[in-house]
Amino acid sequence: MQASLSLSLSLPPAAPRSDPAPTVFRPSALRFCGLRREALGLRPLRPAGSTWVFPSPARTPSRKTVAAVSGNGSPSKGFDYDLVIIGAGVGGHGAALHAVEKGLKTAIIEGDIVGGTCVNRGCVPSKALLAVSGRMRELQNEHHLKALGLQVSSPGYDRQGVADHANNLASKIRNNLTNSLKALGVDILTGVGTIAGTQKVKYGKVGFPDTEITAKDIIIATGSVPFVPNGIEVDGKTVFTSDHALKLEWVPEWIAIVGSGYIGLEFSDVYSALGSEVTFVEALDQLMPGFDPEIGKLAQRVLINPRKIDYHTGVFAKKITPAKDGKPVLIELIDAKTKEPKDTLEVDAALIATGRAPFTKGLGLENINIVTQRGFVPVNERMQVIDASGNLIPHLYCIGDANGKMMLAHAASAQGISVVEQIGGRDNVLNHLSIPAACFTHPEISMVGMTEPQAREKAQQEGFEVSVAKTSFKANTKALAENEGEGLAKLIYRPDTGEILGVHILGMHAADLIHEASNAIALGTRVQDIKFAVHAHPTLSEVLDELFKSAKVFECISGVHSMRNCA
Amino acid sequence: MAGVGQLHLGTPFLPSASIRGRSSGGGGSRRLTTRIQAKIREIFMPALSSTMTEGKIVSWVRAEGDKLSKGESVVVVESDKADMDVETFYDGYLAAIMVEEGDVAAVGSAIALLAETEDEIPLAKSQASSSSSPAASPRAAETPVPPSPSETAPEAVSSPPPSPKSSQAAVSSTHPASESGRRIVATPYAKKLAKDLKVELGSVAGSGPMGRIVAKDVEAAAAVAAAAAPVSSVPPKSISDSAAVKAPASPAIQLGTVVPFTTMQGAVSKNMVESLSVPTFRVGYTITTDALDSLYKKIKSKGVTMTALLAKATALALTKHPVVNSSCRDGKSFTYNSSINIAVAVAIDGGLITPVLQDADKVDIYSLSRKWKELVDKARAKQLQPHEYNNGTFTLSNLGMFGVDRFDAILPPGTGAIMAVGASQPSVVATKDGRIGVKSQMQVNVTADHRVIYGADLAAFLQTLAKIIEDPKELTL
Repeated sequence: MQASLSLSLSLPPAAPRSDPAPTVFRPSALRFCGLRREALGLRPLRPAGSTWVFPSPARTPSRKTVAAVSGNGSPSKGFDYDLVIIGAGVGGHGAALHAVEKGLKTAIIEGDIVGGTCVNRGCVPSKALLAVSGRMRELQNEHHLKALGLQVSSPGYDRQGVADHANNLASKIRNNLTNSLKALGVDILTGVGTIAGTQKVKYGKVGFPDTEITAKDIIIATGSVPFVPNGIEVDGKTVFTSDHALKLEWVPEWIAIVGSGYIGLEFSDVYSALGSEVTFVEALDQLMPGFDPEIGKLAQRVLINPRKIDYHTGVFAKKITPAKDGKPVLIELIDAKTKEPKDTLEVDAALIATGRAPFTKGLGLENINIVTQRGFVPVNERMQVIDASGNLIPHLYCIGDANGKMMLAHAASAQGISVVEQIGGRDNVLNHLSIPAACFTHPEISMVGMTEPQAREKAQQEGFEVSVAKTSFKANTKALAENEGEGLAKLIYRPDTGEILGVHILGMHAADLIHEASNAIALGTRVQDIKFAVHAHPTLSEVLDELFKSAKVFECISGVHSMRNCA
Repeated sequence: MAGVGQLHLGTPFLPSASIRGRSSGGGGSRRLTTRIQAKIREIFMPALSSTMTEGKIVSWVRAEGDKLSKGESVVVVESDKADMDVETFYDGYLAAIMVEEGDVAAVGSAIALLAETEDEIPLAKSQASSSSSPAASPRAAETPVPPSPSETAPEAVSSPPPSPKSSQAAVSSTHPASESGRRIVATPYAKKLAKDLKVELGSVAGSGPMGRIVAKDVEAAAAVAAAAAPVSSVPPKSISDSAAVKAPASPAIQLGTVVPFTTMQGAVSKNMVESLSVPTFRVGYTITTDALDSLYKKIKSKGVTMTALLAKATALALTKHPVVNSSCRDGKSFTYNSSINIAVAVAIDGGLITPVLQDADKVDIYSLSRKWKELVDKARAKQLQPHEYNNGTFTLSNLGMFGVDRFDAILPPGTGAIMAVGASQPSVVATKDGRIGVKSQMQVNVTADHRVIYGADLAAFLQTLAKIIEDPKELTL
């Protein structure tokens, strides 16, 4: 979640599609698109003839205009709403926007604040902190500055100012989200939502769900909370989760980060740039276990080794005691395999970044015979909820962190859009392998599709070959102009068909570069076709250009026509 | 170690043109260049591009003892352009890796040894260890043996201030939660530095929160180690009457050359820049030394040195002005140090070192003099232990032996004050009763941290010091 790019930042979410044919929209909508643009002047011009129309995320459009555009339609007979979404995070928001677009009368129930984890306690505020840490890093890197001919004397920061920036960003994005929902006429119902039965939802204060509404379809989008393993005592001051860390109430001199996934890695970037020394505690034998091993190795060389960071791998934090009575934070480490006591760390603070747990308690799932798996709501590939006996529950869907398929904000939103498509009678299966992920360290890491070991395993099972192509940022003009030559892009593909299986990037602006690859995977574009796409020179995107060009597809090396045949 | 020239001589099979020709490609692998030496070949850092002067070992693909066949990837080298797999040109066994992962080696220098047969591996290993590569950094022992608690405890950096809240502000080398010093608590950066600077963490006293070892402790330890090194080559000189060794006679210096800092110079430089963050001020005083001089003449034969006398006088004055012996580390609070440890700056070849006379107020002048001699001898023999140089609470710097009559010292970060002592010289003075006479006088100039020590504190301290020096009977008690 932390690492995800929020699609809700007034950006139009791309509708996921399983079939390569472009989605067809009502042509009449185009007219309104132009009208809206004129009336608000907020959105960039869309080329005429574009087949894409998105709901307006504008802040304060008149209700009337919006109603004319799409409106929050009238419900199907016998129901209060066509669609009720429980949870107004990025997933629920994306689904609501698309539902209104499709003419569904939609309500969204939120028990906390609009925006969910991503906007309030996740990707959004962390990006603000990372923006600061990136600049601090640049200003502190004397060697780098000197190479550019720059002179900067003693850069410093004001902690409160940094914290305010993160907080202001979160409230700004939250307001944008709330306004976009209101502008479209989505009903925001305040309270905790509970499933009361088939097509029935109650909401109200915790424990008093006094209002019951009916809906033709229901989406559960309740998200997740930081996962804190047993034995760890969180006091919110010296032992805390990302929820507290994002407030940046203090910058400890020495902080242990438990977990070296996206969240931990991003916070290590923030804290080390602000002057903290960091110790990672990782249960697996490798740091950054979720990454492609080669990328992980490079990340360790670039993001860990040269910094004031050390690490303990293959160990569990069995017990963590907050600092008190003049004693430091105590972390008891045990061997992850043998469970033998290994070491004790004494640090100023500990950040628990061991992942996130679904927030599905109190949803009344037992009312309709659902048994969660470690809290996750079981769903099929169409996000339809499966009950205890393995049957699909009609009209009930679960998206986002609550189903645990892919715990990323934009994945939740894409799942929500996919569900709305199905509700509208257009079958849709989201290709999760086309969903990019990013870690906003400096430099950034991004990826889409399979890692090399995953691809090789699949290849072995299914009997195809896998090839790997790599390019370095060191050879890219723009990267060298920025003096940021550290980085690698890696393409995993099938040499027989040219199918792209995965792309992994570590380097400057990797998070923005990944979309060429993720779009190619989503649209089924093959290496031999995409390599003819032109990239502006000199740009970082040429790293991918070179990557695609360096891939070798069998029998497909001469001319466009033979390539078509090949595919 | 083979130079670049030898690379070409020894490797006729790899024309340099081919290196350049391939360097623009960005990909592909390179062949290792090896030089025949008996049947053990040296593997050199290859030139992967025309501009490459050194390369970093990204990773060893093969491990020591592995059998290699010609054309196999052995090592990944990072050049100024890209990372490249490097292949071997010969069959054989990877006998010894001389440059570890992450270390840098100059183009043409040996990075590993290749043995032709398995039997030759031990020979190659011994060869590798005897010709140690400059880039190969011996790994710091993972569990260095710390000095036993009984040794370190009394010589801890300092003990709790005489305030009721003692446990909080205590700074000692033994971490309260580290099982009385059996376990070493050092921050990640301190550990990294210790490895790079080859400092044994077990011998470093921690000055960080709750006694943990932080980066500057390691730097200080490294500075002393580096300082001690060149001293050993200096023939022992008599230092009976001056703290400072004579300024190094200017050796053959090549003018116009740029010389990179030694580790010690780097550490000094860092410390000096750090000192700029402390708001200091200075107060000077002229002290008549006739009485001290005559005392010195009397007891010189018993091995008493002027340094010891000055240290003793200073320590006695400090007992009456504890604030001048205090130190402020975090800018929020300060510590009344429980011991009076007088550090005395000693110039040595290419640097500066400050051996510490511990508890100078309590130790008698004869023992103090013996201790001083011992410390200076130890410094020359590179045997100075961290607790013997890094726990001073007040520093003395004396340039009097050069005839300097007054100067100004920079306050070492982490201490409260430093006193610059000039030469004692006969001066014509007017006395209170209206006469003119000649008296020996010296000028002292104290630099102090104004966050904790104020002008009146220093003035009162100097007045006390002058009284002690002008009537030095206390010194021999």
